[in-house]
Amino acid sequence: MSSLPPYATTGQTIWFYAFRVICGLIFFFLIAPIIVIIPLSFNAEDFFTFTPEMLRLDPDGYSLKHYQDFFNNSDWQAAMWNSLKIAPVATLLSVGFGTLAAIGLSQPHVPFRRAIMAILISPMIVPLIISAAGMYFFYSRIGLQGTYFGVVLAHAALGIPFVIITVTATLVGFDNSLTRAAANMGADPVTTFFRVQMPLILPGVISGALFAFITSFDEVVVVLFVGSAGQKTLPWQMFIGLREQISPTILAVATLLVAISICLLATLEILRRRSERLRGMSPG
Amino acid sequence: MVEATQSGPMLAADGKPLKRSLNRALRRQKLRALMLIAPLLIFVLITFIAPIADMLFRSVENDIVADTLPDTVEVLADWDHEASDMPPDALWEAFYVDMFFAEAEKLHTRLGSRLNYEMTGVSSLFRKTGRAVGRFDTDSYTDQFTALDASWEDPATWVTMMEDDAVLEALPHTADAWDRWTAYLDREGDDPAKEDIEDVFFTTLYTDLAAQPPVSGLPERLQQAAAAVPSFETVDLKAQFIDADKDWGNADVWRMIQTYSPRYTSGYFLNAVDMQLTPDGVEQRPENQQIYGILFKRTIFMSVTITLSCIMLGYPVAWILANLPMRTANLLMILVLLPFWTSLLVRTSAWKVLLQQQGVINDILVWLHLVDDGNRLIMMNNQFGTIVAMTHILLPFMILPLYSVMQTIPPTYLRAAKSLGATNWTAFWRVYFPQSVPGIGAGSILVFILAIGYYITPEIVGGTTGTFISNRIAYHISSSLNWGLAAALGTILLAVVLLLYWVYDRIVGIDNVKLG
Repeated sequence: MSSLPPYATTGQTIWFYAFRVICGLIFFFLIAPIIVIIPLSFNAEDFFTFTPEMLRLDPDGYSLKHYQDFFNNSDWQAAMWNSLKIAPVATLLSVGFGTLAAIGLSQPHVPFRRAIMAILISPMIVPLIISAAGMYFFYSRIGLQGTYFGVVLAHAALGIPFVIITVTATLVGFDNSLTRAAANMGADPVTTFFRVQMPLILPGVISGALFAFITSFDEVVVVLFVGSAGQKTLPWQMFIGLREQISPTILAVATLLVAISICLLATLEILRRRSERLRGMSPG
Repeated sequence: MVEATQSGPMLAADGKPLKRSLNRALRRQKLRALMLIAPLLIFVLITFIAPIADMLFRSVENDIVADTLPDTVEVLADWDHEASDMPPDALWEAFYVDMFFAEAEKLHTRLGSRLNYEMTGVSSLFRKTGRAVGRFDTDSYTDQFTALDASWEDPATWVTMMEDDAVLEALPHTADAWDRWTAYLDREGDDPAKEDIEDVFFTTLYTDLAAQPPVSGLPERLQQAAAAVPSFETVDLKAQFIDADKDWGNADVWRMIQTYSPRYTSGYFLNAVDMQLTPDGVEQRPENQQIYGILFKRTIFMSVTITLSCIMLGYPVAWILANLPMRTANLLMILVLLPFWTSLLVRTSAWKVLLQQQGVINDILVWLHLVDDGNRLIMMNNQFGTIVAMTHILLPFMILPLYSVMQTIPPTYLRAAKSLGATNWTAFWRVYFPQSVPGIGAGSILVFILAIGYYITPEIVGGTTGTFISNRIAYHISSSLNWGLAAALGTILLAVVLLLYWVYDRIVGIDNVKLG
């Protein structure tokens, strides 16, 4: 029902357009909050609302001062560097272990497959506050609480389900006769993996890595408990700002993060298309 | 031709039975798969499953009482609080020894705050007594012993004396206290032969000797002391404790300590459901202290409301995405995926900015003259704020599964229904809707699971009336430090989520979880 048939009654016509308006409003609800903060982050005043100058589109109403604050304030800079130090290492850990395990899991005969899968997926299912509580208790027992290493391990654990899910999904379309053909021609398992299997499942691995990265980069509950002031990440700093003294710098940071999300979304879409193209090419 | 007379099992190329070779190949394959999985499995078990197990363990663990007051707990174990008003007199010396060590290691304040969860005022009781315990009148024992023989004051003579098995047997209380003393000094890295002998040892020595043990064969100094002890001036420890704080004379305090002395307790779980473990059994908490029932009900109610709003808003959107031409649908999909990919904190801050009293929504309403400037709407720090913000945050989780189910429903079914005379509504309700129910089910469970454990958004826009059980868990971990209760609340929440997850697995299957 993408267009209205010519024989539609008046009632149907009204409903057709009313329904589109309703859907339009819901889309507006979805996107508006994110759009609104972008112009507000250029506010020349320390307000969270549109000033009359902004509404008149007067250049004086806009400024980059909140962005300057973000790049000059040592708290925000430290937080940004912490995020950039934690997320890539956590991603590396989850992707390394996760890809190997996903390849293992997609072998034809795996004992206890369901149980293993349930354990590996569990960090995604368990509410974050419970993971955070458990990790706080356990990591303080073994001396990891409040350390950089502890936060990285915790974030790696949280990112693993995403890697497992995306890589196993890619492996479903992988033709196993390719590895057999490689072995037949004398390639050892390691060569087969890096020269045959890896290039084909790479899109899945990269999108898994992106998921793991964004999980760690956006994560705040676990780092709040497992980390100490020395591991204060960007979301943590935002959380403090929101809870205590809300400053417009948060909106500048938020706008930057939205820009990052757009880049990630675009990358994922490109990868998805590439993966589909590759799969279309492989036989079967 | 192959010989037809070949008998026995079929053989592989290397001459081994084929069945065995195949079995071996299969085993090797399984082993290789497991080897690939093993590193990750171990990693997850250590970094994630062990912490969860630790939390489950902490919700029942109660070592602190038995570890800090071992002697007292032993005495209390034999006390029948219905038969006698107060614990037996042996309690006071045991408690004195326990408190001496607890104070030395600064453990009494921790024990006090643990027991304070069960009875208010116990924390200050322990703190006060900890300060008083070093100033008890028991130094009169020290003086009386040293008056008999000055060498009693010399730690080195104690060290040699306590190495004698006959002495240890004759002086059980002193031996026990001395053991704990040397263990304590060992941890601190001190030498028992150099530390002053504290009053507490002369007190136990007095008790041991007053019981008239056989002293023949013991060092002369001890025999002399044993003969002199009956004429010693005594110190009433019970009076000393009651003098430090009169609450020690209150049998209820002792009954409470007795109730919470086992190493495992159901107390935290009972607390989490507004009950209380009392010496007389399990009781409902007083009306004004029942907060967790309300909090659990509110968490469930708000999660259900959020799930229902997600269905209401997500269904039309998923429908239009599934029925528009591919190109348009893909474009509109960006509007769903962009919020999905945007940082949770960005979305939460956006809602904080929008919903504030001086925020954008109120400004627009005032500008439209719908609301008077004087009484702007309060849309934040209440349930409304939490529900709106979380519906927005979780809506993509409803739309995506709904969309993938609706894509598989052939549009011809609707046309067939209409050509058979069904009205638009009947066709939708009787034909289309039943086929989309699996999508609603999957989306609802997903949204509900995510909503029930949310922490950040309620913390920021929820105020006091819009918070969830998770906020209470966080409060107990970081502010009230009642970790046991936090663990018990977490365990209950985890049980609910796992149950829902099991249902989700039955309906959708874990393997069918799709991302993006």
